[in-house]
Amino acid sequence: MEKSSRSLLTYALVYLTFLYAPVFLLPIFAFNDSAIISLPLSGFTFDWFLMLWSTKSLHEAFYNSMMIALISASLSTTLGIFAARATSRFEFPGKRGIVGFLMLPLVLPEIIVGVALLVVMVQLDLSLSAWTVVIGHVLICTPFAIAILSSAFNSFDISLEEASLDLGVNKIGTFFRVILPMVAPGIISSFLIAFTISLDEFIIAFFLTGTDVTLPVYIWGQLRFPARLPSIMALGFLMVLLSLLLLLVAEYFRRRSTQFSAHNSASNESIF
Amino acid sequence: MANSSEINYLQQPAKRTFWSIPKAYQNSARGYFLISPPFLYSLIMLAAPLALVVLLSLWTQNYLELDRTITLKNYAEAVTEPLYSLLMSRSLVISGLVTLTTVVLAYPIAYYVAMFGGKRKSMWLLLITIPFWTSYLIRIFLWKVILGYNGVINGSLLGLGLIEEPLTFILYNANAVVLTLAHAWAPFAILPIYVSLSRIDKSLLEAARDLGDNAFQRFFRVTLPLSMPGVVAACLIVFIPTVGDYVTPKLLGGTDGLMIANMIQIQFGKANNAPLGSALAVVAMFIVAAISISFVLLTRRFLKTKA
Repeated sequence: MEKSSRSLLTYALVYLTFLYAPVFLLPIFAFNDSAIISLPLSGFTFDWFLMLWSTKSLHEAFYNSMMIALISASLSTTLGIFAARATSRFEFPGKRGIVGFLMLPLVLPEIIVGVALLVVMVQLDLSLSAWTVVIGHVLICTPFAIAILSSAFNSFDISLEEASLDLGVNKIGTFFRVILPMVAPGIISSFLIAFTISLDEFIIAFFLTGTDVTLPVYIWGQLRFPARLPSIMALGFLMVLLSLLLLLVAEYFRRRSTQFSAHNSASNESIF
Repeated sequence: MANSSEINYLQQPAKRTFWSIPKAYQNSARGYFLISPPFLYSLIMLAAPLALVVLLSLWTQNYLELDRTITLKNYAEAVTEPLYSLLMSRSLVISGLVTLTTVVLAYPIAYYVAMFGGKRKSMWLLLITIPFWTSYLIRIFLWKVILGYNGVINGSLLGLGLIEEPLTFILYNANAVVLTLAHAWAPFAILPIYVSLSRIDKSLLEAARDLGDNAFQRFFRVTLPLSMPGVVAACLIVFIPTVGDYVTPKLLGGTDGLMIANMIQIQFGKANNAPLGSALAVVAMFIVAAISISFVLLTRRFLKTKA
């Protein structure tokens, strides 16, 4: 037993090296004083970061991505709250089928979602914009929101809700004064995960973006120009820092949301 | 599950009056009411567009005009044209290899965290997910840097004197695509396997040991069968989206690593033949669905066991 756990630990560490290999290279090339992304390294520089500061098209893409991510995360979290509340407290015929349908984008190739929405826009003669990207992103973020929020809604004690109703608070009051504060950490965590997914999504955005280029679509365009690559590394490095910050905040709130459920640990596991 | 509302209804006859809706039915009405916003959204923004894709695939593109007569011409072309069958079968083979590689590499680490993680379980899971919050495009590009002619691997091997000239078989082919996708989808394989492993009742393993099974037998007769729901979920979660990936093949695949999604993208873009692109997308979706469903059916006997 002891021996097998040690060899597994060795494997785990080698595997982590594989997982982290690209991430470690990012800061190396972001600060490397050479216009070519290859070894050996030549020197230390901040130029690539300064270049980012002065690229106007990048700022527009950043702004578009932020707005799209903010709106998509809000909408998908709202839809997730409806679905999680419905599935955690009510039984109705066809529930499994409906939930399965809502979870469908999780196993649908993104290119299919992108193509389907593109076809609708072209056939209805509507123009592509940041809003069409939002429509697609809400679709793919909602399953994640439902998964996170279902565990939050399932994990708090139903008797608290009943107590509130018995004490004369009406249903709407109970929802806002009892249920919502209890699931708030789950809501924040769902919002941040959806935000991060939308911020990084490329395939759907590529099909639906029109002239409002998002950050990943901008990066895709720049990858063709070797001269632009070092500054893309710098940009990637900044984005990792931002994502890490968001992830840690999300993780903090996710843990707080599962603290309520110490007595009910079976229901706070993820949908997997 | 679906019947429990009726059971409730039968158990509470006293609350029924002729003018009020039985409580159980009222409950299902509230359930439907609450689920309707997300359901309607998916219906309008996903189901309807998918139906339109199917309709479009039955029309034909005549240069700039769309011929709206219903025909199976695009499907005939999608199925008979050798290039499309080649790309389709290559996509399936590459996705199959990616799935196999990802799941086989992921299983031991999921096993380690679930069985030996102890108090550090969440730390391990966090460590596993952190690399995936790097921009997807940049991560794939960095693999190009690692595998390239002047890349990190070739540079180190040359520097150590292990090779005379740079290796070329590691970039711009299917190997590079498989390796990069096995990296990109790692957490999606690790997490479901981890969850099903951590749900296994440890007393079953102790029972097997008491009954004389050695470690090897315990793993293959108890642990592995009980973790199959996670393995099956991992396979589907990795396989289905990778068939439709077009970024990795485009950046790392070279000409013999291109996949069906690249062709779909070309039909909607440069080739300006959306109906043919739709037909290819529908065919791809059906083949993937057929493979996934048969996979679930084949592994069904493992999925029924309850931990």
